[in-house]
Amino acid sequence: MALLEVKDLTLHFKVNEGWVYAVEDVNFTLESGETLGLVGESGCGKTTLGYGISQLLPDNAHVKAGRVIFKGQDILTPSVKKNGTLDAYRPEIRKLRWKEISMIFQGAMNAFNPVQKVGDQIVEAIRTHEKITAQEAEDRVAELYKLVGIPKDRIDNYPHEYSGGMRQRAMIAMALVHNPSLIIADEPTTALDVIMQRRILTEIENIQKKFSMAMIIITHDVSVVANVADKIAVMYAGRIMEYGDVMDVFKRPANPYTKALFGGFPNLKGERKRLASIPGNPPSLVEPPSGCRFHPRCKYAKEICKKEKPPVMTLPSGQLSLCHFAAEVQSGGGA
Amino acid sequence: MAEPILNISNLKKYYEIKQGLLAFRAQPIFVKAVDDVTFTINKGEIYGLVGESGCGKTTTGRCIARLEDPTDGSILFRDKDIAKIPKKELRGFRKNVQMIFQDPYESLNPRFTVFQAVADPLTVHAREQSLEERLDAVVGALEDAGLKNPQDLLGRFPHELSGGQRQRVAIARALVVDPKFIVADEPVSMLDVSIRAGVMNLMLDIKEKFQIAYLFVTHDVAIARYMSDNLGVMYLGNIVESAETDQLINNPTHPYTRALLSAVPIPDPDYEWVDVPIKGDIPSPINLPKGCRFHPRCVWAKDICKETSPETVEVARGHFVKCHFASEMYGNEEPPPEVPEFDSGDEAEHDAG
Repeated sequence: MALLEVKDLTLHFKVNEGWVYAVEDVNFTLESGETLGLVGESGCGKTTLGYGISQLLPDNAHVKAGRVIFKGQDILTPSVKKNGTLDAYRPEIRKLRWKEISMIFQGAMNAFNPVQKVGDQIVEAIRTHEKITAQEAEDRVAELYKLVGIPKDRIDNYPHEYSGGMRQRAMIAMALVHNPSLIIADEPTTALDVIMQRRILTEIENIQKKFSMAMIIITHDVSVVANVADKIAVMYAGRIMEYGDVMDVFKRPANPYTKALFGGFPNLKGERKRLASIPGNPPSLVEPPSGCRFHPRCKYAKEICKKEKPPVMTLPSGQLSLCHFAAEVQSGGGA
Repeated sequence: MAEPILNISNLKKYYEIKQGLLAFRAQPIFVKAVDDVTFTINKGEIYGLVGESGCGKTTTGRCIARLEDPTDGSILFRDKDIAKIPKKELRGFRKNVQMIFQDPYESLNPRFTVFQAVADPLTVHAREQSLEERLDAVVGALEDAGLKNPQDLLGRFPHELSGGQRQRVAIARALVVDPKFIVADEPVSMLDVSIRAGVMNLMLDIKEKFQIAYLFVTHDVAIARYMSDNLGVMYLGNIVESAETDQLINNPTHPYTRALLSAVPIPDPDYEWVDVPIKGDIPSPINLPKGCRFHPRCVWAKDICKETSPETVEVARGHFVKCHFASEMYGNEEPPPEVPEFDSGDEAEHDAG
């Protein structure tokens, strides 16, 4: 049984201008111990999807369809109120959150309360879910600090006394307090310099292996996914365009957007060739394009792409691609 | 062939920190943001300056554009030292040297239309122009910046443009006065991947077409490699290594360069990570380590590194390295020495657990 199954998930936001079609028809599964890299550009819905799984969305979010099955149980459907919004305070989901599904937030700079000691904040996260003494909780914090490589004497510091890398490590320590089965990491290293990024990613990988946790890593950086993930889901304008094993998708991309995204990424290794740019701009999610959402920028686009939403195509190599011409795109022809 | 357009030698920029009530009695404390930086930028070439946050790369760029007054050193532009000349006499220089900033959301005045923003430099540098001439110049610059239908954009405000369009307007504003040299400070780091490649290619095309030289400041080594003809790696106010781009990427010699390059993620799932040979964290630029500034983090460091600051050595033609052991390190592919656990730098010491 898969640890996490997301089925036909559709999340929209109600705004003054109408609806923001942020996440549409998303499907994926995650086994325990596995890492899924969720990549896409800003505004493609990747963070909404991640927060949707742990049900941490703002009040104007509406669940239009779908289920989130965690350890065999649908955790989403019971939380949906009559008007379609989410009950973020449902006791069952509050018990699950942080204990089973924890998060590493984007920008650890702001994720901590600035007027409370970091150690106290982590102790609070522990004692919310477990009836243990403050002393026991503090000992656990000390252990976790050792694990993520922060000196013990920094437990009683305030967040501003930490460097960026340390705050990110403290955030990771906090995500680990209950040995969760799933961690959702939203751009965990984006604000860090490369050397620190590399250390944090190595640390996350080690810890994940040690406790066989599953992880969803949300990022815009394709190369980070190549290095840490087992599976990749490429999102564009609210939809998953391509999904599969990292090896398959990187070696033989079968979606025009994936191809274009990889082609626009400079590489430190290999020959220096001119990067291909994608014409146009990412669409507004208030008025997404008809048919395939990538068609206005796609060099393979034909008439059908403007009219019909492409079906999910399963490629012989194993990955799924949301494209009318997935097979042709993968073999390189068809344009 | 390579004709220098800008010679920067021994550039220094120190900031004094004033602290406390009794600051006037204390010894002044300085942050040495840029300390003794020397390099040359050639006509029609891109010089990439890479380093982590706080290494002084942005300050170097701002000094060269004279947005900051250098503390010491010289910046020779067409045989004239512009490091020392007073602000009033800078106008001729400013026409030749333009700047592109990181965040196009902040570098464009929200109350200026595209026409006003791009024409603004002309009101200073080409006062005698008629309105028609100015309009032509603006439309021309917008076209050069790769914006389609520039006529339609003239009356728009920045909030009506996408991020990529905004950065292109900022590039047009730099191009409109026909500069010889552009300082670009992280010009693509705020842009999305699908937009980024287009803007980078545009900057390369502009370089070819108008023979403009750039100083390209970035934290992203892969981007620096893509853009630059020559590269300089900065660490704590020093350029620790510089060479022609491929030479530097293929033969990283300084221990810091090696650590930096090995930490860069590669967009290829087959690529095997190698361990990054570096200890601890970047020290505070106020209390710089004695001797070589990198020695507390260097896994190759010997006693001499703790005492004396290394000279810059030319290890191959045009390849400069600021390290005591530069010649031994050059081309030496032996794995870095193991770091004993008890000596793994300040913070990393606790990594052992």
